[in-house]
Amino acid sequence: MTYVPAPPEPDRTIDTSGKLCPYPIVEAAREVRLLETGAVLCVISTDPGIQLDMPMWCKATRNEHLGTYRQGNCFRSFVRKGER
Amino acid sequence: MTREVKAIGLISGGLDSTLAVALVRRQGIAVKAVNFYTGLCITETQRRKGGRPDGTIPQNEALRAAADLEVDVEYVDISGREYFDMLVHPRWGYGANANPCVDCRVFMMRRAREIMEAEGADFVFTGEVLGQRPKSQRRDTLRIVERESGLSGRLLRPLSARLLEPTIPEREGLVDRAGLLDISGRSRQRQMALAAELGLSGWPQPAGGCCYLTDESFARKFFDVLDAREAAGEERAIVRDDVILLSTGRHFRLSPRAKLLVSRSEVENAILEQHAAGRARLEARDVLGPVALVEGTPTWEERLVAAAIVARYGKGKDHPKVVVAWREGELEELYEVEPERDEARIEALRL
Repeated sequence: MTYVPAPPEPDRTIDTSGKLCPYPIVEAAREVRLLETGAVLCVISTDPGIQLDMPMWCKATRNEHLGTYRQGNCFRSFVRKGER
Repeated sequence: MTREVKAIGLISGGLDSTLAVALVRRQGIAVKAVNFYTGLCITETQRRKGGRPDGTIPQNEALRAAADLEVDVEYVDISGREYFDMLVHPRWGYGANANPCVDCRVFMMRRAREIMEAEGADFVFTGEVLGQRPKSQRRDTLRIVERESGLSGRLLRPLSARLLEPTIPEREGLVDRAGLLDISGRSRQRQMALAAELGLSGWPQPAGGCCYLTDESFARKFFDVLDAREAAGEERAIVRDDVILLSTGRHFRLSPRAKLLVSRSEVENAILEQHAAGRARLEARDVLGPVALVEGTPTWEERLVAAAIVARYGKGKDHPKVVVAWREGELEELYEVEPERDEARIEALRL
């Protein structure tokens, strides 16, 4: 049996459904800027590219990618704001 | 205490811009990478359409490069009216196709200058290489871009810097000119050697050339839209939806008054459906087939030609007759047509 960790409880959720690369990342970046360090953002997206984009964006911007999970037709991607 | 030197780097994820970021960072300079979104990137469009034929999704190269180098990266969307107007009325003209590279660089560098000022950065840098591109990377056009963007003295090209006049950050000692390079021309041997030295890998091949405007087929369609609008007495202009449709489906010019777009896939069906408002929507009624749109005001004969082409690209292409539904708003008409089998005739209409 595969262990799937429960997604963390987000402090803020944004829905970018219907928007394609790079808009989910653009909107995530804007929201993360408004969060306190350590807060968790959940980005809902229908663009499968978010599975690749979010981990790379988090690595580049020193935020923590907590996971991207498929849920029906969309993806939920979790980001913890890193220290600046 | 010495102050932190900060720079804005334009990053595409190609080899040159990745190396430029690496070279500047190697000097201890804080870099913020910026990627401009124009809506004209071929890779992004490929992603939008569900990825490659083998089912894989191309990665976003700017993000990949920023992640590899661990530099902060920001997307800046410039795909608005001002940008599209520049594409239609370039001051410095087009390259081989619909690519107004000098004007586009000026446009981007002006935005980069605004970002530099807002961020309190000292300069902007790019991965441009002297002599690598026939129009936008000549010595004279590099100067034009610098001057017209308002970045005079503050636009550094690290890969070719030692072949160019020293910039202000070099003269002020913020950047060590000795740590910059003197690459010129189209060969990429030195860049690849440097990438190996810096431990960089995974850049896209071929580097550059990701812009639809440099594509001959796209350019034909781009100028066709402009010419048709002008001939109809409309403004010679394009909008964001045009850019999406120009990279979607097969395009056929039925007459100066009417154009047909035929989808090539399920994803393109969906894209055309989203743009059906204000256009006629065509689809074979009793057999599977593509969604198609007609723009403009076709004559009766042109409607039949459009219906026959739509029938030709569906499952009923070998049937003697196919019924094609032509819908405009609430109105629907049915055309029973013989699928067009004359490939020469189809090709004559294809853009």
